[in-house]
Amino acid sequence: MNTAASNDEINSLEKPGVDREEKRDKENFMFDSNQEVLSVSGLAKTYRSGSKPLTVLDDVRFSIKGGDTCAIVGPSGSGKTTLLGLCAGLDSPTSGSVTLCSHPFGSLSEDERAEVRNEHVGFVFQSFRLIPTLTAIENVMVPAELRGRHDVRDEAAALLKDVGLGDRYDHFPSQLSGGEQQRVALARAFINKPDILFADEPTGNLDSETGEHVVELLFRLNKEAGTTLVLVTHDLELANMTQRVIRLRGGKVVSDATGAGQSARQVDRIQENFVGV
Amino acid sequence: MKKWIWRFAARDTRGNRARLALFVASMVLGVAALVSINSFGDNLRGAIDEEAKTLLGADLSIESGSPFNERTEAVIDSLGGIQSRRTSFASMAYFPRTGDSRLVTVRGNEAGFPFYGSVETDPPEAASSYLQSGGALIDGTLMQQFGITVGDSMRIGNIAYQVEGRLLQTPRESAAVMLFSPRVYVPLARVDSALLALGSRADYEVYFRFEDDRDADAAIDPLRAELRDYRVGADTIEEERENWNEALTNLYRFLGLVGFTALLLGSLGVASSISVYVRQRVQTIAVLRVCGASIGSTVWVYVLQATAMGLFGALLGSGIGVGIQTMIPLILADFLPVDVAFRISWGAVLMGSGIGLGVTLLFALLPLLSLRDVSPLSALRSTVESGTRKRGPAWWATVAVIGLGTTGFAIAQAPTIGMGIGYAVGILVVFLALAGTARLLMWALVRRPPRGVSYTVKQGIANLHRPNNQTLTMTLALGLGTFLVTTMLISEHTLVNQITFAGAGESPNLIFYDIQPDQVEPVRATLEQEGLPIMSEVPIVTMRIHAVKGRTVASLREDSTARATWAHRREYRSTFRDQLTDSETLVAGEFDGAYSGQGSIPISIEQDVAAELEVETGDEIVWDIQGIQLASRVTSIREVDWRQMQTNFFVVFPDGSLDRAPARYVMMTRTNTEEASAAVQSAVVRSQPNVSSIDISLVLGVFDAIFSRIAFVARFMALFSILTGLIVLAGAVLISRFQRIEESVLLKTLGASRSTVLRIMSVEYLVLGVVASLTGIVLALAAGWSISRFVFDSALAIPAGPVLLIMATVVALTVVIGHLNSRGVYDRSALEVLRSEV
Ligand SMILES: Nc1ncnc2c1ncn2[C@@H]1O[C@H](COP(=O)(O)OP(=O)(O)O)[C@@H](O)[C@H]1O
Ligand SMILES: [Mg+2]
Repeated sequence: MNTAASNDEINSLEKPGVDREEKRDKENFMFDSNQEVLSVSGLAKTYRSGSKPLTVLDDVRFSIKGGDTCAIVGPSGSGKTTLLGLCAGLDSPTSGSVTLCSHPFGSLSEDERAEVRNEHVGFVFQSFRLIPTLTAIENVMVPAELRGRHDVRDEAAALLKDVGLGDRYDHFPSQLSGGEQQRVALARAFINKPDILFADEPTGNLDSETGEHVVELLFRLNKEAGTTLVLVTHDLELANMTQRVIRLRGGKVVSDATGAGQSARQVDRIQENFVGV
Repeated sequence: MKKWIWRFAARDTRGNRARLALFVASMVLGVAALVSINSFGDNLRGAIDEEAKTLLGADLSIESGSPFNERTEAVIDSLGGIQSRRTSFASMAYFPRTGDSRLVTVRGNEAGFPFYGSVETDPPEAASSYLQSGGALIDGTLMQQFGITVGDSMRIGNIAYQVEGRLLQTPRESAAVMLFSPRVYVPLARVDSALLALGSRADYEVYFRFEDDRDADAAIDPLRAELRDYRVGADTIEEERENWNEALTNLYRFLGLVGFTALLLGSLGVASSISVYVRQRVQTIAVLRVCGASIGSTVWVYVLQATAMGLFGALLGSGIGVGIQTMIPLILADFLPVDVAFRISWGAVLMGSGIGLGVTLLFALLPLLSLRDVSPLSALRSTVESGTRKRGPAWWATVAVIGLGTTGFAIAQAPTIGMGIGYAVGILVVFLALAGTARLLMWALVRRPPRGVSYTVKQGIANLHRPNNQTLTMTLALGLGTFLVTTMLISEHTLVNQITFAGAGESPNLIFYDIQPDQVEPVRATLEQEGLPIMSEVPIVTMRIHAVKGRTVASLREDSTARATWAHRREYRSTFRDQLTDSETLVAGEFDGAYSGQGSIPISIEQDVAAELEVETGDEIVWDIQGIQLASRVTSIREVDWRQMQTNFFVVFPDGSLDRAPARYVMMTRTNTEEASAAVQSAVVRSQPNVSSIDISLVLGVFDAIFSRIAFVARFMALFSILTGLIVLAGAVLISRFQRIEESVLLKTLGASRSTVLRIMSVEYLVLGVVASLTGIVLALAAGWSISRFVFDSALAIPAGPVLLIMATVVALTVVIGHLNSRGVYDRSALEVLRSEV
């Protein structure tokens, strides 16, 4: 597998986006590549089901700088989704802290965390999670409308066109294929120009071809917007496309490799691990 | 509130609007009932205010149960104005042409009355002409019963009248009252005075019209106390208006409460459908939360939807209510003294829709509150348990508001505070009992599923326990309707049974009364001539209590700290004899059957009266018999079985103690055919015109007529709850439609045929129908038992056939509605199901 080739392909696919330049300027003003967008320390999560407690995450610590792309990999049940949920403030940790875009979640209420998400976070789910009663364009508009903006139809339309669904604005999710739904979800994730995008196995429910297309879009949009990306995946090919890979096993970080050091050697090791599972 | 909440709430109803409309349809009829009844009530009050004068027909009336004494006559004289007298009494009317006779209410009228309003007759001119010609006006029922026509002759006492017309509408009388005893109008001057002899019962009235605009209330108020001492009452327009207002307000308010039951049932349906609806929206809410929506705003989205639904339901309900309002005067016609014009009461519409909206919102809030607990994590994994904590403080607070609101409304709506509280408690007990019984039956089915049954039956029963099942709601909805209908049926049956039982067998069925002592021999002779047995011959002496245990009733009534009950005030019809009868049992003291003529007379008192009078054996009671005082001592207390077809008495005197008092005799006999009964009644009335007679079958018929009119109104009101139950059922079936489709697709994939899927569904609805109707019937038996025990004081009679019929109907309705709503479930393709998310 040639990572460089994939990246080139993506670059060649790049199209001019809507007010991309302006956006990048604005966002970088807030969180440039030297600032930490996400910082996690001593994070632990223990579930109490029945009598014995189940520790799902144990002393997880890392931080991600603005504009970075990062993959969290690990075998099924290793706590990836749990970690992502904690990072996005969807749940509270048993101990440890999460700071997102300078907001320490520990001291925020649920509603305040939601506000932080609305302002800084985009989310892509494995099973798309479009709202079934809304059309494609309305789904895209949701985060912006939640922010109190009501003139976002054009923006949403442009984004939908950008993901190749220019002729499907008024279709309901049930009228779209899985790949199409995930592309709408991508558009939704980017409508608020987030500082950080979380994606939980974004291709997990798609066939490989459709999945590839979605991944291309994800990386392109991400690059255009300069968004920090945190990606949970099984897919090593996908993980390889990020600058950094955090490996989880049994709720612990077992390796954290960054930049050029994320070499073919490491990919092999990862593969070994997966085969071993 | 944020704009997106409105927008999102509206968008999110897409594709669900029909379903939401059906949820809300379950409260529409409740609102309709409230609006129609209360709007009608407002009209009724208006009509009574407008026609208050015609209700009394005069500015003032003075009335007494005996001829006015001198002092009263002086008062009447001093009041002046234009006066018109009337004397009313019960007597036998005899029609020589047909040979029929019947007990009627005779009203001897003078010209003038009614001063306001009019007596309407057919032909119209008869209303005044009979007073000059000395003829009579009679009720339509009487004409119908005996085939009497205008021009026929009629005899009352020893005086013959020519029937000049049929009475249509008269003041102070409503159709229901007239069923007991048909009216006959004759000129007062032509009343047979022998019928009004000492000891006869008659009502004497004087009606006044004041031309000098005098305030009738002010004129009569200072005199009331004195008149009351003579047992003379006075009535003014204002009082009459208030009396009618009170009576009819009580009636329509009571009906309003019955309508409110439908609203409560419908609201339970709303709560239940909404709870499933929001559970299906958990993913949507979780996504909103991930995207940054606050907890409050997601709850508001659905509160807004519920409000819109509630508003829609309230408006629709009000519209239907206004339509139903036009029917109410027809339904209550027999109970109304005035014509009620149709007018929409906006106050009632506002109140009905407000209550409908409020109740819907409150009940919707119960499931909506759990939305606060939806975790955004649900968007990440669908297995996260979301919105399961339901019973937080807010939930209990809502329940408390519902409870207090219901009780408060019931108290405001009910005729009395006690009734309001009773209603609230009763409705809670009924709902809890229905839910409890349903749970118990379902539990029995799961714990011990019928053995050796086929897969389809097992699967059908198992379906009732599927997640999000609406089984309890459906049982409640169907059970309440079944309960109402069955309870009414059982009460009716018990009552009719009791009466027919009383008239059956060897017990007397024809009663002659008002027989004067010197008429006993001739009446006895007539009966013997007709070959009829004399089954009982009892003297009756009318009396009142003068004093109990040394305190006069008059002083008791003036003393605000003392208690003067109905037992102190009533007119007693007592008898004298030397032994107890079959229907009497001694509970205290010893029965003394003879009086030596020395000291106080030993008497026996019925136990309830003894309790009211607070007397025990040894206590003294002084009686007033036509102005003569008679001292007596209670020597025994009896329990009386009032159900037995006997002449039963509160007070029994010993033989020889009332020899000189004016007695009237009652004789009872039994006839086996209607003809024999008619013949002997006519024979007696011809020879002894003042003797009245009444046939039990006539009483039965009258009773039946009255009861069926009341039952008709009750059924009409129950209909709201029954229809609401069916709508709730339809909503509940519809909401589980998606689950059904999934199940059906699964079964289809596993190779089940269409008929298997249909059979499973049939079993499900069949079991549901059986459980629900059994629940209702079990509860109705309990209610019927209490009613027969505590209200009718008789044995419970269960009309097995009709009850089974009700059960069959409920089961059939359930299966039919279930299948109608599940139509096409089998035909949905697997692909379609996989793609549609709701
Ligand atoms: N609410 C919960 N209660 C108990 N255990 C849970 C809960 N949620 C997740 N888990 C457990 O936590 C572990 C990690 O789950 P998850 O984060 O979904 O792993 P991954 O996404 O890596 O597959 C699993 O063993 C899972 O069963
Ligand atoms: Mg996962």
